Amino acid sequence: MVSCLFCGPKLAACGIVISIWGVIMLAMLGIFFTTHSAVLIDDVPFKEEDMHNDQDPPHNIYKLYNQVGYNCFIAAGIYVLVAALSFCQIKLNHRKEYMVR
Amino acid sequence: MDSFFRSEEMCLVQLFFQTESAHNCINELGHLGLVQFKDLNPGTVAFQRRFVKEVKKCEEMERILRFLENEVVKSNIPIPADFTSETIPVPRDVLDLESRFDKLEQELKEINSNRDTLRQNFTQLMEINHLLKVFDAFLFYLHDRFVAGVIKHERFPAFEKILWRLFHGNFVLRHAEIKPHEEENMADPVKKDVFVVFVQGDQIRGKIRKFHASMYPCPNNAYARKEMRTNVNTRIEDLRLVLKRTEEFRETTLTAAAANLQEWASKVKKMKAIYYTLNLCNIDITQKLIVAEIWCPVSDLNSVHTALIHGSEQSGSSLSPVVNRIQTQQTPPTFNRVNSFTSGFQSIIDAYGVGNYQEINPAPYTMVTFPFLFAVMFGDCGHGLVMTLLALWLILHQEHFRKLKNELIDMLVDGRYIIFLMGLFSIYTGLIYNDCFSKSFNVFGSSWSVRPMFHPHGPWTNDTLHDSGHLHLDPLVSGVYSGNPYPFGVDPIWNIASNKLSFLNSYKMKMSVIMGVAHMLFGVTLSLVNYIFFRNLKDVALQFIPEVIFMLSLFGYLIFLILYKWCVVMKSESAPSILLLFINMMLFDYSSEGTVLYRTQKPVQIFLVVVAVLMVPWLLFAKPLLLYRKHKQLKFLSLPFCLSLFFGVKKAFVSLQVSMADIFVYQGIHTIEYCLGCISNTASYLRLWALSLAHAELSEVLWKMVLQVALRVTSGMGSVLLAVTFAAFAVLTVTILLVMEGLSAFLHALRLHWVEFQNKFYKGSGYKFTPLSFNRMRDMQ
Repeated sequence: MVSCLFCGPKLAACGIVISIWGVIMLAMLGIFFTTHSAVLIDDVPFKEEDMHNDQDPPHNIYKLYNQVGYNCFIAAGIYVLVAALSFCQIKLNHRKEYMVR
Repeated sequence: MDSFFRSEEMCLVQLFFQTESAHNCINELGHLGLVQFKDLNPGTVAFQRRFVKEVKKCEEMERILRFLENEVVKSNIPIPADFTSETIPVPRDVLDLESRFDKLEQELKEINSNRDTLRQNFTQLMEINHLLKVFDAFLFYLHDRFVAGVIKHERFPAFEKILWRLFHGNFVLRHAEIKPHEEENMADPVKKDVFVVFVQGDQIRGKIRKFHASMYPCPNNAYARKEMRTNVNTRIEDLRLVLKRTEEFRETTLTAAAANLQEWASKVKKMKAIYYTLNLCNIDITQKLIVAEIWCPVSDLNSVHTALIHGSEQSGSSLSPVVNRIQTQQTPPTFNRVNSFTSGFQSIIDAYGVGNYQEINPAPYTMVTFPFLFAVMFGDCGHGLVMTLLALWLILHQEHFRKLKNELIDMLVDGRYIIFLMGLFSIYTGLIYNDCFSKSFNVFGSSWSVRPMFHPHGPWTNDTLHDSGHLHLDPLVSGVYSGNPYPFGVDPIWNIASNKLSFLNSYKMKMSVIMGVAHMLFGVTLSLVNYIFFRNLKDVALQFIPEVIFMLSLFGYLIFLILYKWCVVMKSESAPSILLLFINMMLFDYSSEGTVLYRTQKPVQIFLVVVAVLMVPWLLFAKPLLLYRKHKQLKFLSLPFCLSLFFGVKKAFVSLQVSMADIFVYQGIHTIEYCLGCISNTASYLRLWALSLAHAELSEVLWKMVLQVALRVTSGMGSVLLAVTFAAFAVLTVTILLVMEGLSAFLHALRLHWVEFQNKFYKGSGYKFTPLSFNRMRDMQ
């Protein structure tokens, strides 16, 4: 099998730490966005028109909330991939150490 | 457990033991790690001491051991782990070890030099071999005079140039690169070239020598060359064999040495420590008895005695050592018994000053107040959680980190429990400030509601919404504020309010002052405990009571004003400012309107200020005057006896006056320091507010400038951008908010403890108990 080891043990460890943090935090952010939390109002990119030309009052804003929430979930998914990749790298690094010994 | 609240009671003990059992006894005491030897020969210089030769021998052995270790490491031989043996090398073992070390060193040096010579020969033979191989290719010129040799590859162009200059082109030069073979795994990867110069004249030899090229005699005819080649090949084979044997022998010697290396190193260290300790003792006239004086905790006297008996039994001596406790006026060292959890806190206290003997130890209180004050300044539950997890990782992988032997990491590992507690407390204060990565949690439902502000219930209409940029939620409109405050922490609506800082600043400043005054009162109370323990009841009346009354009447009253204003309902436009109230109280200024919080405020305040001002002369004059009167009484009583000793009286009188001035000055300094210090230290606690504000603002800026940029992108690539930006956010959070702010808050919390808290009661001018302990020596290396 061609060696797919491209980062050392420290970089892989950093990768897995940031990935786990990213998965947990982005998933929670996604949940808070999809439940339309008021505290996160500044993070939702609504414009004046969304507030004025609205048939069903808060729905436009809620749609934007949901969009940002889905973005967060996708980013959390990306971090799951990065976590899996870092984990593989750690395993390969361990194996390389044992083989050299 | 009285022993951690103040340092342990120590006793001075005299030990008498026989010279033969000295080594074993001191060895046992070293393993016990509970006694500190006093220097009984303080006047002597290092090389005048009795056992200085033995110490030098030990140092020489250490040098040889270091040399051996270097050689072992260079040859990549693993050093097996150390099984600590408790056996002590007796003096005859010292000689044995010494001779063994010397022999090993000689052997190794010889092997090394032999190997180097052999290697040199080998290289030469290989070069000749190459030369001969390529020589045939050069033979179209049948010149008589030629020189053949080997030169370093980089120097060849310069060599050629010199030859051109010398012979004006009247020469032929041929060269070829030596391609290294597979077996030639020599230590030098220097590229060399073989060259042949066909030329007339002999200056060539001198030039070649200048270029550090080696010349080899090469025969003219092919037959002689062939013979030379076979000859060289045989020699090469022989030399290869010899070299292999030498390497093997070297490796065997080194492996045998490596197996014992750790054990020898620890033995030599112990011996050196024992000789050093023996240098501190006294040897009596008959050379048979050693006298030592040790400081030892009273509770451990039994274990010391048992250890000594054990030691003397091991050495086979007939008499058991004598342990004799003596009374002394000298100040014993300060010993605080710590375990791995408390040692971190004790060390940060000791960094400022080791406590006086049996003075109150601030460490047990620091274990709670230090992480708490840190957390008040750090106050973010997300960052607190990351810090706690980091500390947990440090705690669980402690040995792995200690093996790295990096100074910074060692400091982190020593403080792992401190960091863990700091993280836990930060989660708590983060929940109180309702701040997690600068966002609030809405767990219980906010107590404020916006809907009642709209028409017809409240004043807002459609025009209000279109015209104004800022809208005010008025709590007097019914329904806006539910009347029940948010159950735990700051209401989450403040996170999105634009006047968040006005509310939080006022709250945090008042909280800082309350905590500061409470911390300082606690410090003053600890001084009372000290006075009672040292049976110094005079000082209780002369110092403690005026100090407490001064602080309570002024700053205790300030706390009361803050709490009263928080608890009582009043209109916010007409509420008097506490700062102005306090200033007017000190200036006795009751002229301005609306300066009353409660009905009887004026007489209460006048009374408190007068009481506080009266405390100052009490602090300043009471103690010196009492001392003066006592001395005068003594002098009066001793007057009839001194009629014949006229000079004696005069001298005593002069010294009495000098010491009186000293006492007055000292008391004056103490009073000024205390009274002014009360004010400045209370203001100093406002750093609790300042740092928590800075942390909250930094956290908010980081969110707004980094993460929000990616969150506001709703196009297709928004999620990928979010993933990348989150990584940057995480790195910046750890470096700026955790490391930088963490260090800053740590430092300020430490300063608050060292200065504002401890100057109320802590003297800190003792000296630390440093026992002879082999475990400590091993950990320190």
